[in-house]
Order: sequence, then C-alpha cells, then structure tokens
Amino acid sequence: MSTLSDGLSTRTPGARRPGAPGARLRTVGWHALIIGVLALLLYPVVWLLATSIKPTDEILSSLSLLPSRLAPENYSAALDGIAGIGVWRFFTNSLIVAIGAVIGNLVSCALAAYAFARLRFRLRGPLFAFTLLTIMLPYHVVLIPQYTIFQKLDLVGTFVPLILPKLLATDAFFVFLMVQFIRGLPRELDDAAEIDGCGPVLTFRYVILPLLKPALVTTAIFTFIWTWNDFFSQLVYLNDPDSYTLPLALRLFIDQTSESAFGPMFAMSVLSIVPVMLFFLAFQRYLVEGIATSGLKG
Amino acid sequence: MGKSTMTTGTLRRPPPRPAAPDGTAPGARPRYRRNRPGIAYLFLSPWVAGALLLTIGPMLASLYLSFTDYDLFTSPEWVGLENYQRLFADDARFLASAKVTAMYVLISVPLKLAAALAVALLLNRKRRGQGFYRSAFYAPSLLGTGVAIALVWRAMFTDAGVVDSVTGTFGWDTGGWINEPDYALYVLIILAVWQFGAPMVIFLAGLKQIPTELYDAAAVDGSGTWRTFRSVTLPMLSPIILFNLVLETIHAFQAFTPAFIVSGGRGGPSNSTLFYTLYLYERGFSQFRMGYASAMAWLLLLVIAIITALFFGTSRRWVFYSGEDR
Repeated sequence: MSTLSDGLSTRTPGARRPGAPGARLRTVGWHALIIGVLALLLYPVVWLLATSIKPTDEILSSLSLLPSRLAPENYSAALDGIAGIGVWRFFTNSLIVAIGAVIGNLVSCALAAYAFARLRFRLRGPLFAFTLLTIMLPYHVVLIPQYTIFQKLDLVGTFVPLILPKLLATDAFFVFLMVQFIRGLPRELDDAAEIDGCGPVLTFRYVILPLLKPALVTTAIFTFIWTWNDFFSQLVYLNDPDSYTLPLALRLFIDQTSESAFGPMFAMSVLSIVPVMLFFLAFQRYLVEGIATSGLKG
Repeated sequence: MGKSTMTTGTLRRPPPRPAAPDGTAPGARPRYRRNRPGIAYLFLSPWVAGALLLTIGPMLASLYLSFTDYDLFTSPEWVGLENYQRLFADDARFLASAKVTAMYVLISVPLKLAAALAVALLLNRKRRGQGFYRSAFYAPSLLGTGVAIALVWRAMFTDAGVVDSVTGTFGWDTGGWINEPDYALYVLIILAVWQFGAPMVIFLAGLKQIPTELYDAAAVDGSGTWRTFRSVTLPMLSPIILFNLVLETIHAFQAFTPAFIVSGGRGGPSNSTLFYTLYLYERGFSQFRMGYASAMAWLLLLVIAIITALFFGTSRRWVFYSGEDR
C-alpha cells in the first residue's frame, strides 16, 4: 500500500530539478499555501478544543482562542453528565454499540465476501449485483418496517436494533471492500491449500483470513468511527436516558437554552471526539489508503 | 454447519503452506472443490438472512405501508394513493422540505467536489509532507458527521457568535446566520463543503493513475497549464468524478444530523433547514404517521434512483474510459 503512493508520486509533474533556486521558492510557497488553507479548515476543531476550557461568559463572542483563565469546571460538569446520568454511562453505551457493530461487520462481511469472491454458486452474479445496489438504498426505505419488527419483538430501547443488522452483513460497503481485496489475492494460494486437502472452510480460515487483515483493519476502523458518530438510528431506537449514547446525550444540551450549559456542552463534545481523534492518529494511513483504494464514503 | 465440519473435520491439521510444490502442471488447476453451493450458502447465511429480513422484506413492507394509514399500534388501513396525493396537493411543509433538500444537494455537492478537486491538484506533487497534509485535510470528513461538530457550527453561527463578530466588524450584522431564514441553509452547506477530504483522497488516488507520458506529450506540444488540465487531467479523471458525484449526491439527499442539531430538531427558522429526512423523521417518529413517512421514503428512493440513472445514462457523453476508441 505504501508503494502505491511512493511509486506513483514520482511520476507526477511539477517537481523537476529540485535543486534549482526557483523550485525551492516554489516549494516554500506551496507549503505556505497549504498550511494556510489547513489553518482555516481546522479552525473549528481548534475553536472547540479552546472553547471547552474557557469560562462560560467568554465562549460565544470572544474571537481569541486563548481563554482569560482556564476553566476546568467545564470538564468536571461534563463528567457529572446531564439528566442525572454521568458521562461514563453514555461513553460505555457508545462503546458497546460501536464494538458490537465492529464485531458484527468483521464476521458477517468477511464470510459473505469470501463466498462472493471465491466460491461458485448459481446466484452469485445477481446476488452480488443486489449487494452493490443496496449501497445506494436510502436507509429510510427499510427503517419503518425494521422499527415495526423490533417493536413487535420488544427490542426498541435496547442496543439490539443497532448491532443485529451489522451481524447480518447489511453494510454492503464492507462486503464490497473485502470482495475487491480477496479478488486481488493470488488464486494459487487457494489451489495450494486445496491440494493439501483443505475445504473452503479451512482455506478461508488459514489462507484468506490472515491475508485479509488490512481490509479487516480498515473495516473495523471505519465501522467504529461511523457507529460512534451515528446519530439518526440511535435517535430512533434509544428512548431511555440510561441507554443514551454520547451523541444523544449531547443533543440534550440543545434544549437547554441558558448559556451556562455551553462550557460543559463543549467539554463533553471534546470527550466525544477524543476516540475518533485517537483512531485517526493511530490508523490514519489505513484510513486514507482504505478510502483511496475502495472509495468509501467519508 | 454440521455438513462442512464433517467433511473437513478429519483434515484438521496445521495450516497448509502456501504454494506448496506439488508437481501439478501449471495449467491444470484442480477445480473439483469450489463447485459446492451448499458451503457457499453457509458462508452467505448471515448475508442472506440480512438481505431477506432487513432489506428486501422491509422494502416491500414500506412500499405496502405507503398506501396505508399506519400508526404503529393499530393495524395498517389501506388508503390507496391518498398519502401521495396529500404530499403534493396539501402539505406545504413537505414541499418546503423537498425544496430545501434540492437546494442543499445542488449547492453543496458541486462546491464540495470543486474544493476536493482543487486541493487534490494542489497536493499532487512529489514533495515532503504530502502524506501528512493529505491526512490533515481528511480529518474533517471523520469528525464532521458527528453531533459535536454540528454543535460547534451552531455556536459559531449564532447571534454574537464568532462569524457574526467577524462580519460585524465589517459592518454586516447578521444577527446570527442560524436565525436568518435566508442564511441558515448556508451554515449547513458550509459544514458539508468543509468535509471535502473524503472525495479529495479519492481524486488524489485517481490523479496518480494518470500516465506521465500524457503530460510529457502535452508539454512537447506546448500545452499550457489550463489546456493540459482541460485536455488531459479532466478526461482522465472523469470516471472518478462520476463516482464521487454519484456517491456525494446520494449522501447529500440523506443528510440529517447537521440539520437536526443546528435547528434544534425543528428545521427552522421558517422551514429554511427542514431537510427531507428531518420531515420524514417528524412524521414517522414524532407523529407516528408511518404510512405517510413510508410514502416519503419511497419518493426519496425514486428520486435517488432516477438521478443515479441520469448520471450513468449521460456518462457515455462525458466520462472517458481509457482504452476506449472515442
């Protein structure tokens, strides 16, 4: 994957004669331009971080990113939570949903992708085409009947409606990602395993699965971050503050009109994006390469 | 599961070494195994269950529900086309939501893709730091879909907020964009464009696939920067442009979180941020008019399908696939 960027970038124009004085100036200008655009782009994130430690009365109007004094009380108020429930509860709920979704997607999408990429069965073409079509399907078309089903099963208000669909490979994006990846693996490996007496199950377990690791990592990271950020389905299915996830808890702040809530609100906002930022810093290469090779949504 | 463990259980042994030398002639690959549909469907069983129970079944059910009056608690009552008729004939809020969503898609998608392409072209140099910059530009795409950033936008564009203060120093006192029906939608459009990093990364990958020979040939022919962009870069990139256009359009139609958070769930002021999905949620899950909401969902699917078909249908005219004789 790294050879992709290294090998191809050498061909791009605009970097000839790196030693020439004009080129050096152009390079500096290029860096300056990009850093300028980046500063503007990342200002809202920096503003969020700065605001979360500002005293409440400075939050809205003050343009300065630096507070007149630090206000750690925002964070202690955020840790106390909202509606009488501590933030760790929301954090744990978000974590359960996200990890459940990750496990579900990893297992179900890998199994389905192996069948689509390597096994022969009559309906393979039509079924795979159907999978690709469902990428375009708006969630709202299946939402109401799904809700009715979960309502009848008395599961609305639990995490099941948020996790079960992932266990059933409904995230067509990741099936597609893994199919593409498996198709890129040399068939000779399968053949060798076959000669050694492996059936499809063992071939999947000992040949495909270990090689699939990069695609699995990409799937896990994206599933985690998207589920962590997801708001709509959690809003629909979770109705008891005890089962609220972080996005739903943050939303409770909207209804509080007093400005005194702003400090804790932004402190909790920061807490909610910390896992995403950590994932991003740790796995940014996987994320960016994953999106570049498979064209996932952002 | 039982069948497969029986056939393979006797073979449990250490993982096979890949590409074991076995003396088989290269062309004669054994194909005696892969033709067993039973095992294929075993691997597919979670997918099949999901496709039937959570996709196809619910799709057909919501199509049926769209012709009924259904409130979740009593059984659906057939009303024919009434829901659809009422949507267009006497539901001003629906028409407003359709208009707001159309504007959002029409403005935010082209701007987002233009920003993505511009920055991708800028970044497409062999220089130190390119990888770092690429990741940094991508970061908003990961953060921006969450509630936290939507709250930031709400606070920055409120009355006497950061943006209001800045424009105020130039004598333009807006009273907060989110309180102004004329500007509120642009708060959401700016938030969407801010997340141009995802299509940018895809553009960048596409740019790197363009053969250098084409640029060399253009340079030999004395082609200027703009001409080279028009005649080499754009045609070579057009399949990626189509891909990004389809994907971003589909996503823009379904945007929900920013409008919900910025407008406090109501789509105000004066319906100016009433996204289609917001109104659908309101009908379905606040008022429990689920037949009506199902009709809205199917209209959305229809519109998305038509637009996607249009993109692909016209693509023969503007998308260039290399290797094609055109």
